[in-house]
Amino acid sequence: MTISIDPQKTNNESLQPKGWLRYFSFSLDHKVIGIQYLVCGFLFYLIGGTLASAIRIELASPMSDFMPRDVYNQVLTLHGTIMIFLWIVPVVNGAFGNYLIPFYVGARDMAFPRLNAVAFWLIPPSGLMLVASYFVEGAAQAGWTAYPPLSITTPQSGQIIWILSVLLLGGSSIFGGINFIATIIKLRRPGLKLMQLPMYCWAMLGTSLLVVLSTPVLAGTLILLSFDIIAKTGFFNPVLGGNVVVYQHLFWFYSHPAVYIMVLPAFGLVSEILPVHARKPLFGYTTMVFSIMGIVVLGLVVWAHHMFTSGTPPWMRLFFTIATAFIAVPTGIKFFNWVATLWGGKISINSAILFSCGFIINFVFGGITGVALAQVPFDIHVHDTYFVVAHFHYIVYGGTVFIIFSSIYHWFPKVTGKMLNEKLGILHFIITFIGFNLCFAPQHWLGLNGMPRRVAEYDPQFQFVNQISSLGALMMAISTIPFLINVFHSLRNGRDAGDNPWDALTPEWLTSSPPPVENWEGEAPLVEEPYGYGKQFSEQNKNI
Amino acid sequence: MTTLDSSKEIQKNNSEVNETHEDFRMFGLITFLIADGMTFAGFFAAYLTYKAVNPLPDGAIYELELPIPTLNTILLLVSSATFHKAGKALLKDKNSDSQKWLFFTAFLGIIFLICQLFEYFHLPFGLTDNLFASTFYALTGFHGLHVTLGTLMILIIAWQSRINGGRLTSQNMFPLEAVELYWHFVDGIWVILFIILYLL
Repeated sequence: MTISIDPQKTNNESLQPKGWLRYFSFSLDHKVIGIQYLVCGFLFYLIGGTLASAIRIELASPMSDFMPRDVYNQVLTLHGTIMIFLWIVPVVNGAFGNYLIPFYVGARDMAFPRLNAVAFWLIPPSGLMLVASYFVEGAAQAGWTAYPPLSITTPQSGQIIWILSVLLLGGSSIFGGINFIATIIKLRRPGLKLMQLPMYCWAMLGTSLLVVLSTPVLAGTLILLSFDIIAKTGFFNPVLGGNVVVYQHLFWFYSHPAVYIMVLPAFGLVSEILPVHARKPLFGYTTMVFSIMGIVVLGLVVWAHHMFTSGTPPWMRLFFTIATAFIAVPTGIKFFNWVATLWGGKISINSAILFSCGFIINFVFGGITGVALAQVPFDIHVHDTYFVVAHFHYIVYGGTVFIIFSSIYHWFPKVTGKMLNEKLGILHFIITFIGFNLCFAPQHWLGLNGMPRRVAEYDPQFQFVNQISSLGALMMAISTIPFLINVFHSLRNGRDAGDNPWDALTPEWLTSSPPPVENWEGEAPLVEEPYGYGKQFSEQNKNI
Repeated sequence: MTTLDSSKEIQKNNSEVNETHEDFRMFGLITFLIADGMTFAGFFAAYLTYKAVNPLPDGAIYELELPIPTLNTILLLVSSATFHKAGKALLKDKNSDSQKWLFFTAFLGIIFLICQLFEYFHLPFGLTDNLFASTFYALTGFHGLHVTLGTLMILIIAWQSRINGGRLTSQNMFPLEAVELYWHFVDGIWVILFIILYLL
């Protein structure tokens, strides 16, 4: 690994790796780090997707015939952990955050460039460690939640590697969060007010607050869990007088906000993409800001709705049901604002906006089942069934991953200077959208009829619906092919994008594509109205 | 990278801009300490929950001896004051005074750790004896780790505040201020820990 020097201190530019090699270096450039996050995350997405396909192949028949049951547990655990901690969290925060936030606040880099590079370079080793744990003594088997006593009684080495890996990833996430908070609050260009920031900044500020407040609790919990495994203490081991419910409380104190860590940045990104392609100002900017902050505050006090079957006392059920139902209010405000942004706009149908609209549709389904799951009587009925699996995937795949693809289509021209192929993009959207809904919509039915999650074998009456679901998973796997062809083809032969192919007003489009090393030739532009579409375009340009 | 050539010039401009930047390293450190504090908050919450809902088996309830932890509390509070003295001295360009105060602070930190170890060796319970014992060692041990790191950092900045060729001067106070804030944080956590673990 080449060590590149802080651009402010170096006089010798030959030390700085150039071309594609810089993506393998300890680069301090926020744009390079953003791309490192994205590509690294996508590679792990391919691994996690392969594991998901293996799960769906296994579940195409009621018997456990494709792989042994303990291997199924490992595959399931790795799939969940990889998708959450190595694909969605790093990409939707690290990749787009690093690339866009300095542009949006009018800075030349993040507040702490070196910390930023450290945060990224923690990810590949811990990810590889996690994947490699399969070859040691078998990977962790306790699911991504690692509930004790299961995580204490399954083979230890895999679980310990899992804990180490998640601790490193959590550290990376905290460093990233600190960096984003400092960048957004402290590094804003003089004259740029908080309420003039593009919505993604607000989303990242909220997300980073959640990261900083909740991730350390997970770290502490996992340290206690590793004590239980290695030193045979009894924190979470009922045999030794411990309490498993304490683990669940501490774990969900992180992992419920983690859902918002995964989905709030997506809210921000979709708020950037919709106004550009609908040629209308973002509807209800102020309400958007307040709903993000409302979600942050409420998101910290709803965790026990994951534990309604863990012997929670009635007052706790009541409180967490009400708090969870309240979250639907800010989320609903955001949803209506997006629809109102699209309403009456001059919408150009392209891959970016298709994926964004797909997000809105899927997210409503996920949101409705979410409110349903918050109700204790219903939750007790479907707890730990495929209904929860369907709900969760509607939020994180139908929600966040759709937005990741939408963002790739939207910002690819800026990052590379080339346009992506629209026909392949729309093909990618159609296969993904149909495949996704085919895969996960039937799982609601499975859950309501009592098929438990996390099992390799199931009652034969569920076979047909499971096969429909597996067919959908196959389509989702296939949908990656047009996307990859599109990216590699367009990188070489794509149409030149120019600096601002979408006629967008946010600051990253006001520089060249790809942007220069320190983002702008000369001073950073002051964008006071990032969503001033429909007004005089030329008037905006005066400020620049 | 079409603009690598012109970036040199930008860098020059940028470094000028950066010199007028307000220093936000302290802001980052405070954010980090909030995160660190949340780890302790998680431990405290676990401890208090255990205390409320997990009764210990008969004969496993211990009276903790108070003299050593009280002495430790006083040690840490005094060390916070001496650290403050070191900062004041450095501000007046009295580097050798500052260094003395820093070494004294580190000395107090080391005494704290020795007392802590002494207490560990004389306690009637071990790490895995019961839930209370495990939480006790986890909490004090995690705090002790923080004190150890803090003491090491104090020794490092004490070395840096040497008169000839040291990095730490009244113009470059950040390392001292950062470690001082961290040290006060660790002290504050100890006071909370002392109240929750020993007095409650």
